[in-house]
Amino acid sequence: MNQSKIKNSASSSNPMRVYLDYQSTTPVDPRVMECMLPWFTEYFGNAHSSQHSFGLEAAEAVEEARNKIARVLGAEGREIIFTSGATESNNLAIKGASRFASRYRKGKHIIVLETEHKCVLESCTALAGEGFRTTILKVGTDGLVDLDKLADAIQEGTVLVSIMAVNNEIGVIQPLEKIGQLCQKNGILFHTDAAQAVGKIEVNVNNMHVDLMSVSGHKLYAPKGIGVLYIRRRPRVRLLPEITGGGQERGMRSGTLPVPLIVAMGEACNISDKEMYSESLRLIELRASLLEQLKNMIPDLIINGSMKERVPGNLNISFPNTNAMDLVKSLKDVAVSTGSACSSTSKDPSYVLNALGLSPSITRGSIRIGLGRFTTQSEIDYSARSIANQVLTKKNNEKVAAE
Amino acid sequence: MDVYLDYNATGILRPEVVIAMQDTFHLFGNSSSVHRLGRLARSAIEEAREKIASVVGVSPTEIIFTSGGTEANNLVLSNKDIPVFISATEHDSINAVRLDSKIVNVDINGVIDLEHLEKMLGYTDRPSMVSVMLANNETGVLQPIQQVVNVARRFGAIIHCDAVQGLGKIPFSFSELGVDMLTISAHKIGGPKGVGALIVKEGVDLPPLLVGGGQERNRRAGTENITGICGFGVAASLVQLALEQIPDLEKMRNKIECGVKAEIPEVTIYGEEVARLSNTSCIGLPGLSNESQVMALDLAGVYVSAGSACSSGKVTPSHVLKAMGFNDVAASSAIRVSLGWQTTESDCDAFVTTWTEMAQRILDSNELCGLVT
Repeated sequence: MNQSKIKNSASSSNPMRVYLDYQSTTPVDPRVMECMLPWFTEYFGNAHSSQHSFGLEAAEAVEEARNKIARVLGAEGREIIFTSGATESNNLAIKGASRFASRYRKGKHIIVLETEHKCVLESCTALAGEGFRTTILKVGTDGLVDLDKLADAIQEGTVLVSIMAVNNEIGVIQPLEKIGQLCQKNGILFHTDAAQAVGKIEVNVNNMHVDLMSVSGHKLYAPKGIGVLYIRRRPRVRLLPEITGGGQERGMRSGTLPVPLIVAMGEACNISDKEMYSESLRLIELRASLLEQLKNMIPDLIINGSMKERVPGNLNISFPNTNAMDLVKSLKDVAVSTGSACSSTSKDPSYVLNALGLSPSITRGSIRIGLGRFTTQSEIDYSARSIANQVLTKKNNEKVAAE
Repeated sequence: MDVYLDYNATGILRPEVVIAMQDTFHLFGNSSSVHRLGRLARSAIEEAREKIASVVGVSPTEIIFTSGGTEANNLVLSNKDIPVFISATEHDSINAVRLDSKIVNVDINGVIDLEHLEKMLGYTDRPSMVSVMLANNETGVLQPIQQVVNVARRFGAIIHCDAVQGLGKIPFSFSELGVDMLTISAHKIGGPKGVGALIVKEGVDLPPLLVGGGQERNRRAGTENITGICGFGVAASLVQLALEQIPDLEKMRNKIECGVKAEIPEVTIYGEEVARLSNTSCIGLPGLSNESQVMALDLAGVYVSAGSACSSGKVTPSHVLKAMGFNDVAASSAIRVSLGWQTTESDCDAFVTTWTEMAQRILDSNELCGLVT
């Protein structure tokens, strides 16, 4: 694996600077980069200029990437459309499917989880103005959906259930297969935001009975600005498009396709899928090592969310009575976060952690640590020491201040 | 030999842009993250925003980055409650968005009929929106935006201009145009695909299309495409260079037009009598289908297009030419030749030779009629 290259790129001036925020975003894998670069310069055609060979070779590359991604999801190429990222995919899936369903079939009711990504929740809010109602399901203290509550929430007019595959803050994996079965039984569309899942856990749209699935490029070592929406064809799921115009992506998403980003996304999916098993084992070991070291130094730390149903690269822990925002800022050479990057500038405590029923002092002291493809044991050792040092210093300061 | 004359479909990336984009892969942090890598990414994005802002003469806070011109145009029309007036030759990303858009006529040269616009605006008593493109993608014909603004202002309308084909091809500034919103795209100016911007004048209210993480001051959610945005920034800073090339491009374009007219007097150059982009030529030979023209040229290594690239392969009569009053046969017989920063004299000569040989062959064999039904 090309570890040295990326680490150096992030730490050219500093001998040790560690990136542990892989749920926020990931660096582009050098292999993905290599695959992508020629499409910027040598093969630059517009994939829709189907009458000349510049356009045709670009179109072929797009189709090849589409098929690669489809294979990883257990789908067919023509069920994949490209978007500018998972936010757009989620917007399109939720608004597009709900609007179509309400226009041509039944009701105006949607079910989501309290811990969904902001863009899912806000898409539902946007629909409220059109008469849609949303049931926002609570999660358990482990962060997982309660299937009985979900079954109870389904009503006559329910058209869509949107439940994320893996949570972006606490990394917990929802029981997609069971949710999918429940939706299928009730004839309800099932959308899952799989931005944090693809490349990290097995996903299969057929086994999981998923009708719509959002995927992000920059969470799996492809660049930012590219994403995918899987749209089931059998039985066919229909959407009202959000972005119309030239009629690209079979009318579901207009706009000139960013060919290099698409090629990168295809290759990134391919690599993540191929290496998933060995990479998972490696990350589980690194995470265990990190947790053990931290626990030794700070015995009262608390793990937020289920540890069993969690992706290998995520750890969300709380240091009671510590201000995590200060902690993150004072960790000059270790990049971790207090939660989702989107809302990280806000001072509000994480709504995901609140949903777990944690006390404010625990929520306030929580950090998200994201491990990934280029994380090494020595980085883990270094980070464990840095984090523990900062936490202990802060606790000490507070104690002194209190006295 | 490859002769690429399809710059209005997409430009060739400038090497400076490629280098700048490669650098951004080191800035891989999420620009919304608080930690240092996040802040580095944020400052690169803000630097690009400033470059673009200075090129079009706006404040950086007036720029919303999108996934491209199409999304930006869709965003403009996201408020479904306001009546919209558009010219008949707008790009599909404007004219396909709202089925209830009111269409303002253009004349035989493709220039908007200002009296018609005035009359139409007079019929509505609600605050409305007017969207007119700066330069047409198929013919290059320029619209008199300032005059459109003068008319629209009298009715209190919000004015949007799709300047995707104008940026880098004619000099303009946001304040000169006098509009409220302006769309630009990176890949038409030697930047990457997948990024564009909507410029929204301070104080103009616009509901978002994509909601979520609150990026772009709550006007466009989604993790910023840092590579694309930085590439866009560098491409924008090269706009001045592109503008300096206008006289050369115009000379070459005129040479192409003179060349084909000299050999085949039957050709029509659409929009040639009015102000248009110096890089664009819309050449028609009624009866000779544009699809066969493009394919014949492709075999010879000359790449042009039959109108807009967007329609995913389906060649239908150009709605632009039809709006200008031409029939289906004429509207299916025009090709678009568009020049750019790497175009050379010999590219133009190659086009003229190849095209005239092909046209002559067909004229000689008298196959023209019936080609298009």
